[in-house]
Amino acid sequence: MQNLDELEPGITAVIKAFDIENMPLKLIEMGCLPGNQIMLIQKAPFSDPLYIKLDQSHLAISREIAKHIIVEPA
Amino acid sequence: MGLSINVALIGNPNTGKTSVFNLLTGLKQKVGNYPGITVEKKEGDFRLDRTTKAHIIDLPGTYSLNASSMDESVVIELLLNKNDRDYPDVAVVVTDIENLKRNLLLFTQIKDLEIPSILVINMSDQMQRKGIQLDTAALEEALGTKVVLMSCRENKGVEELKKALINYRKLSTKPILDVASIDPAYFESLKTTFPNQSLFKLWLVITQDVNFANLDRQRVADTSNFRTQSNTNLKRLQQTETIKRYQIINDILKKTYTIDRTRGTDLRAKLDRVLIHKVWGYVVFFLVLLTIFQVIYDWSSVPMDFIDESFARLSEFVKSNLLPGMFTKLIAEGVIPGLGGILIFIPQIAFLFLFISILEETGYMSRVVFLMDRSLRRYGLSGKSVIPLISGTACAIPAVMATRNIENWKERLITILVTPFITCSARLPVYLILISLVIPNARIFGMNYQGLTLMGLYLLGVVMALISAMILKRFIKSNYKSYFVVEMPNYKWPLLKNVTLTVFEKTKSFVIEAGKIIFAISILLWVMASFGPGENFDQAETIVAQQYIDKQIAAEDLQYEIDAFRLENSYIGILGKVIEPAIAPLGYDWKIGIALIASFAAREVFVGTLATIYSVGSTEEETIKSRMASEQWADGRKVFNFASGISLMLFYAFAMQCMSTLAIVRKETNSWRWPLIQLFGMTGIAYISSLIAFQLLQ
Repeated sequence: MQNLDELEPGITAVIKAFDIENMPLKLIEMGCLPGNQIMLIQKAPFSDPLYIKLDQSHLAISREIAKHIIVEPA
Repeated sequence: MGLSINVALIGNPNTGKTSVFNLLTGLKQKVGNYPGITVEKKEGDFRLDRTTKAHIIDLPGTYSLNASSMDESVVIELLLNKNDRDYPDVAVVVTDIENLKRNLLLFTQIKDLEIPSILVINMSDQMQRKGIQLDTAALEEALGTKVVLMSCRENKGVEELKKALINYRKLSTKPILDVASIDPAYFESLKTTFPNQSLFKLWLVITQDVNFANLDRQRVADTSNFRTQSNTNLKRLQQTETIKRYQIINDILKKTYTIDRTRGTDLRAKLDRVLIHKVWGYVVFFLVLLTIFQVIYDWSSVPMDFIDESFARLSEFVKSNLLPGMFTKLIAEGVIPGLGGILIFIPQIAFLFLFISILEETGYMSRVVFLMDRSLRRYGLSGKSVIPLISGTACAIPAVMATRNIENWKERLITILVTPFITCSARLPVYLILISLVIPNARIFGMNYQGLTLMGLYLLGVVMALISAMILKRFIKSNYKSYFVVEMPNYKWPLLKNVTLTVFEKTKSFVIEAGKIIFAISILLWVMASFGPGENFDQAETIVAQQYIDKQIAAEDLQYEIDAFRLENSYIGILGKVIEPAIAPLGYDWKIGIALIASFAAREVFVGTLATIYSVGSTEEETIKSRMASEQWADGRKVFNFASGISLMLFYAFAMQCMSTLAIVRKETNSWRWPLIQLFGMTGIAYISSLIAFQLLQ
């Protein structure tokens, strides 16, 4: 188990949980739900934002949110 | 004659929704604003068959009916308000074949509003390449809708969509999700209180913080009781709703949709490897900016000079072919230059939007945001603010228009407000002449003082823009919390039709919307410079001729003296004298005051106005310069010395003295509030810094 921002780029992982009470609804709508696959593709310079593949969507999200997504490499 | 139906085009961003809109409407579209807000409203008309017309609205892209921006609120407000003139008879939900799962989330919500809905699956030309198989009939059955496969690139599916629209009454309006299952107890109590209302609509009214002014007040007041559910609890229920919808969608897609995951993601990966590389990404972006910059700065000058000369010639033609008199003067010196002053911006606007729409269409713009976001976010700007800020070095007008691509309203507004600080090309002639007058042409460490000053002025503009952005970030309130979640779309070839329509639309809206304000002010400035009260103005020729009666003076020079005298006694000249006490502490006399006021038409007018007022006939820079250098106050001090020169440069760097920029800001923000804040804020900053500079240096 680790936080998304610490995940090795290029490795597929599974979302396990969030460590904040309210994950922004927008991310949940994008498929950020426990059980779905997630991959960190690349970090922008200064490690923010993060380029991720979430379910079938390709997104850039801020590190601030990524910190709260707990994942486990598949 | 016949029927007309209202169609709403809805969909996630990046699904090609606008391509569908362009394909249906072509040039029969218009872009305006929703009343009172700055969200762009695109609507158009087209024929379905011989007897039926359709009025279509391209609603802002949204991922769901849970609004997180002003643009998204517009969608919900329309769909919940049956009394709205634009309330759709039928909704067309546009989805992208590759992101069907996520796109269907929105579709199920629209369908649950009990609006007849058609599901358009776009980019179907990609199916084979990406190894996608779709059982359309089973999908139609499961969702209770009509599915239309489209490809805007290959022009496919339009006729089928039109047919589906004609038959919209046959569409089922049965909801997909049983809303009550989200929280049976809660929805049961809701149902008891409002037995006649759709539960899902009630649910949206309760959860969405949007403007329901047009809805039945009674109903809104009553549901407020149900909002007493704690906010966290409502959020939790919204999450449950999303999860339940995804369960249904997953079940449906499992039976109808297969994709070969091994295929077709390599183009994205290959391009991304370079385009967002931590070194090459910035190099490529720098080259892209350099190209845009070159084109709007350099290529535009050809058509711009042409427009300039044509209008000058037209002016001359009118003067020499119409009967002399006030009317001819108005046409030749007021109307024609006024129109020319609007059309002169067209090349820059068209070129800039050519680039911007290509960057957006290809998917590259999202990569720019990815690269730039972090550096600009701390100033309250967006990654997309780079484009407006850089184009601001050519001209603030196209730059302000370019902010339309920034989705977040607060970031868009801050970008609009600070862009005019960037040194635009109209300031350059003013800087050049002032620098050569007051900065020594000498070197320090091999660097020319004059060159350093010019560079300093450019830097000053950038620094000022960033500082004010940081300040504005604290003061501008936003109702929407901005989480940075941006989709990184697939790379695509731009569609020519979309690009040309964007360029056409932007240019047209500038000429019409901002043009009328620019035209009005330029006529006003012309009237102020061409008329004056009393004897002095009317009798200028006689009075000046009297003064020179004993002196040898060429007819031409006499005419310059008359022009100067006339300008001095015109309304604008009088205004210059009126403001002299206010600008004297900055080191300016009333003549400079006149030039400052005239600069409102365009900053570069500064030099020409001084030439007239000093009665220098020639527009040769050297002549004007030597005349400026010898200009003195009554006590013999030079008007243009180091202190007043620096003060003037600072004034031009900071002051909002461009009516065209104000006009375009008025148009883009849909209110006079922001341009007025710019006018007084920026000019205030200019006044204070020039005052300090002059008082310290003199």
